[in-house]
Amino acid sequence: MNKLPLTISETQKGLKDKKFSAVELVDSYLANIEKNKDLNAFNTISSETAYKQAKEADKILGYKDTGILGDYPLLGVNVAHKDLFLTKGIRTTASSKVLESYVPAYSATAVTRMEKAGAIMIGKTNCDAWAHGASGENSDFGPTLNPWNRAYVPGGSSSGSAAAVSAGLSLISTGTDTGGSIRQPANFCGVTGFKPTYGAVSRYGVISMASSLDCVGSFGHMVEDVEIIFNVTKGSDGYDSTVVNTKHEARSTKIKIGIPKEYFIDGLNKEVEKSAIEASKVFEKEGVELVEISLPNTKYAIDVYYIIQPAEVSSNLGRYDGVRYGNSRGSFGAEAKRRIMLGTYVLSAGYYDAYYLKAQKVRSKIIQDFDKVFESVDAILAPVSPTPAFRLGEKASDPLQMYLADIFTVSANLVGIPAIAIPSGFTKEKLPLGFQLMSPRFSEQTLFTLGKLYQKSTSYDPKLPS
Amino acid sequence: MSRLSKADVLHVAKLANLDLTEVEIKKFLAQLSSIIEHVSELNKVDTTNIEPTSQTTGLENVFREDEIKLSSLDQDAALSGTDDTYNAFFKVPAILEGRTDK
Repeated sequence: MNKLPLTISETQKGLKDKKFSAVELVDSYLANIEKNKDLNAFNTISSETAYKQAKEADKILGYKDTGILGDYPLLGVNVAHKDLFLTKGIRTTASSKVLESYVPAYSATAVTRMEKAGAIMIGKTNCDAWAHGASGENSDFGPTLNPWNRAYVPGGSSSGSAAAVSAGLSLISTGTDTGGSIRQPANFCGVTGFKPTYGAVSRYGVISMASSLDCVGSFGHMVEDVEIIFNVTKGSDGYDSTVVNTKHEARSTKIKIGIPKEYFIDGLNKEVEKSAIEASKVFEKEGVELVEISLPNTKYAIDVYYIIQPAEVSSNLGRYDGVRYGNSRGSFGAEAKRRIMLGTYVLSAGYYDAYYLKAQKVRSKIIQDFDKVFESVDAILAPVSPTPAFRLGEKASDPLQMYLADIFTVSANLVGIPAIAIPSGFTKEKLPLGFQLMSPRFSEQTLFTLGKLYQKSTSYDPKLPS
Repeated sequence: MSRLSKADVLHVAKLANLDLTEVEIKKFLAQLSSIIEHVSELNKVDTTNIEPTSQTTGLENVFREDEIKLSSLDQDAALSGTDDTYNAFFKVPAILEGRTDK
């Protein structure tokens, strides 16, 4: 194959026009993975499964009745799953030594639904162990590198998933977003990353991090591609009782975007700021009204997050005792231990009210800010992270500095709203830039409409790093 | 707010069922203290009459009929994660000690 297709529609057009077969697509991705082995984007390559699924896709493509293709919205689409998604018969590690040789007996709902839609699983991607991190450096199997510049981090925790799509090792990938773990690496790697509303997609079979915050989402080059994945994966499965079935509609046709002044603060990188403002101008040119808004409790979001999240982490990681599967608790890495300790402390007798309960109350105030703002605007535009990708090792020794990289992303998780990170160019040093859009609960359609409008208006043409 | 003491770290490690080395204890003492100091900013926020949030989409109790309909793992699949089994049961570490008064 000369040039890899970078969108779902281009992929499926090529398959239907017989420009390439699904098996040839798998050949190309596997060759690219081999060529980019130094990125360390994958923990496991599932070539056997991939070829089996590709042959099945080619068989379906050969049917005379082409009407059947509508039943397979992801037909022939190669997907890499974050190694937090259980995959029956294929090793799933959470990038932790605790689960180094764990082979699940069942698959996550998101995985099963994508397979049923015709997707081809190419492998399992590296991430910060247990999804704890903002750089990918907390993986027990070594860091993933940024495909645009290998001296830089790809972001985290879904580091390998973002890097894999960005480098053309897979067309799309899955991720989890608990405090920014999809949007921030998407932003650092120059791809689109989507986090749905809390409770829109089942988390059954996805290794839990912090249960009041965890969301299952995806990466792709185009907004329309993450929309397709969302439509395949959303809705209840009977196994995750937080899932709500709804229409995910936009509230109005005349969309207003709010620009929160609390996200354009001192210390925000100038190129990041400029790029987000330019993105807002694109919307203005398209007739979208921009409104200055205020979310006064934003400054407390990171503190609330770093109480609630470790508390829930310490509880969820309590199940790993090495008895039924996996290795003993001594195999936890430094960051997991740190979060278990922090979470256990804020939940312990004598400190629960001062930390955990207090954080849950301030969380309510942050939610009130957003609910009030959404009375007058349909979406919020903001930077994703205060800086572009940082250098490997730059923040690794200081956990507090690393935690502050999540400062603009955690609010969407605390409030439970959907958000999307969209690429918007490059810095002078050729590192990706981007911005995020957030909208009210279950109004995913607003994000897709705005995201597609932006990519159309800027004639967005995704490229792989050379 | 108060910084952590070494006794706090040891107590929390015991609650969390983690065996820490001396090096880890020293490292976590410093790191956890600085994180706790940072998050203690929240004490400045007035939360009088504010209800805590633990669920964001307003769901309360979600019920289903009490009947068996969901598929489940068979015994072999359920035990497939470990080699440490006995008569189709998981083997677990002893938590009780033998009596010494007999």
